[in-house]
Amino acid sequence: MAINGYKPKLAVWKFSSCDGCQLSLLDCEDELLAVVGRVEIGYFLEATRAEVKGPYDISLVEGSISTPHDAERIHRIRRQSKTLVTIGACATSGGIQALRNFKDVDDFAAAVYARPDYIDTLAKSTPIRDHVRVDFELHGCPINKHQLLELLNATLNGRKPNIPSYSQCIECKRKGTVCVMVTTGAPCLGPVVHAGCGNLCPSCARPCYGCFGPKETPNTTSLAAWFDSLGQDRREIKHLFRSFTANAEAFRKESESHEKPQI
Amino acid sequence: MTPTPEYRKTRVVIDAAQLDVLIANLRAQGYEVIGPTVADGAIVYAPLSGAGELPAGVTDVQGPGSYRLEKNGTALFAHVVGPHAWKRYLYPPEQLLFRSVRQGRNLRINEELELKRYAFLGVRPCDIAAIRIHDKVFADGEYADPGYSARRQAAFIVAVNCTRPAATCFCASMNTGPRARDGFDLALTEFSDRGAPEFLVEVGSARGSQTLAKLKHRPAGEDDLKRADALLAAAARSMSRSMPSGIADAIEDHLEDAYWDKIAGRCINCANCTMVCPTCFCTTVEDVTDLSGDIAERWRKWDSCFNIDFSYIHGGSVRREASSRFRQWMRHKLDTWHDQFATSGCVGCGRCITWCPVGIDITEEARTLTKG
Repeated sequence: MAINGYKPKLAVWKFSSCDGCQLSLLDCEDELLAVVGRVEIGYFLEATRAEVKGPYDISLVEGSISTPHDAERIHRIRRQSKTLVTIGACATSGGIQALRNFKDVDDFAAAVYARPDYIDTLAKSTPIRDHVRVDFELHGCPINKHQLLELLNATLNGRKPNIPSYSQCIECKRKGTVCVMVTTGAPCLGPVVHAGCGNLCPSCARPCYGCFGPKETPNTTSLAAWFDSLGQDRREIKHLFRSFTANAEAFRKESESHEKPQI
Repeated sequence: MTPTPEYRKTRVVIDAAQLDVLIANLRAQGYEVIGPTVADGAIVYAPLSGAGELPAGVTDVQGPGSYRLEKNGTALFAHVVGPHAWKRYLYPPEQLLFRSVRQGRNLRINEELELKRYAFLGVRPCDIAAIRIHDKVFADGEYADPGYSARRQAAFIVAVNCTRPAATCFCASMNTGPRARDGFDLALTEFSDRGAPEFLVEVGSARGSQTLAKLKHRPAGEDDLKRADALLAAAARSMSRSMPSGIADAIEDHLEDAYWDKIAGRCINCANCTMVCPTCFCTTVEDVTDLSGDIAERWRKWDSCFNIDFSYIHGGSVRREASSRFRQWMRHKLDTWHDQFATSGCVGCGRCITWCPVGIDITEEARTLTKG
């Protein structure tokens, strides 16, 4: 992409989110100057007020679609972007705010806001992929800065990013981290969760909470049955699958199956 | 036939204090000593600076999907195998193969070959069998792996025979344990039932013999040899699991079978079994670049036949279904491995049973197939 001194234009867009994922780009500290040297920042409000008109070579999109305004704006961004990459649990699954998908959003608005009639929101929080074509998804809550750099490196050098969709367990085992679930009986989502965090929780003796969402071909049913044998009740199992990526299909179905009364 | 070297007949007894001397001597010879030690609720293989770091009085209680440590007795080696295998050191999980640097119109390639001299203390007989399988894969053939071969040749092996199997062990049925017959420099059998631990020492190599000469020892008596034989025979007898002998044929007879869909209902294809297996050796290669594209590196990383990308070829992944991935793993390990390497790919260590997050037991699955 970087031929004859041409600097690809990078844009960072925000939808319903906490900003943590775009902060990962600023968090690149040691590599930040190198990144800025290789791309032209076209739009990145968290870093600069300066704006360069589109179209953009790479758009990083953070956040989920949760308002009618969002649903319309994402199409404008797609039209201006050669490559569109969604970053983080909100953009790839709907985020923690997708917990409302399981209830009536009007009830929430009435409970939280003094004037719920001021609130213009959609019934569901949904991933960007449900609205426009997405070229690549970077998972995590927040995303891992090394994966973000790898993605930018790969995109700028015209190669496939090394961002595998296998289980978190592979990261644990390569690093030599002792399995928290096997040694303590604590319920760990690692076996069904997408690798990429760099083994954060298990290497601190905590089970995986699933920030990176479901891995490829996740067998959540088998893992949930094992949680049951470890003494977790149905409500606890439902909550395990219903957190950062509650709306990701595999996790949504698994949590819903633990909501219904047992037949 | 070459005559048995004289050192092979050596049988001596050392006390536990001599293990400290052994570690110090090996370190003085330039070895990094790796051995069992307690970390994060398990017995792992890590660098040791003295015998004080060995898991004295700690045993492991293992079952399908479960591993706990318990305080029990005074023995240094009352545990068996844990989550780590020696492949972690001989065939590291992530290895830089080379780095290329672009300088103007030139390309410079540096091959990276980091050679560490390891001494492994506490290698169990099943793991010796596993290392020998890796020798066939990496070192014996026409295309030897230089990193593995160099590390392997340099490695000093102190075996420890198993006087107490875990509930997940089945080495006796794989004919790989609980006693190491060869493949070591020194082999220890621990006596811990009468006070302070002592070790019967056997010698497997000339360098083992030279290393032993620097330790305080007494010649083993007839009663010492009988005591070791009795302990190891009892260990073999007390193994509750076994691999059915007809498993390779049973798999061939059931290649298309509803069984594979059934087991795929339990298997999470998380790949833990292949990561902890001491013989699984599959890797993937990743090329990475820096932002400028001037520096590129090639990394080799442990991979698994349970991952979708593992069978990715033009047009997509060959083994999309979890059932076909489980079948591939079991068939290769217990069946086609014989055709490829003239041995089973399983050494009976039981790691895949313990570290499977949903407790799938390969011996039980094999039994289902041989009966069906």
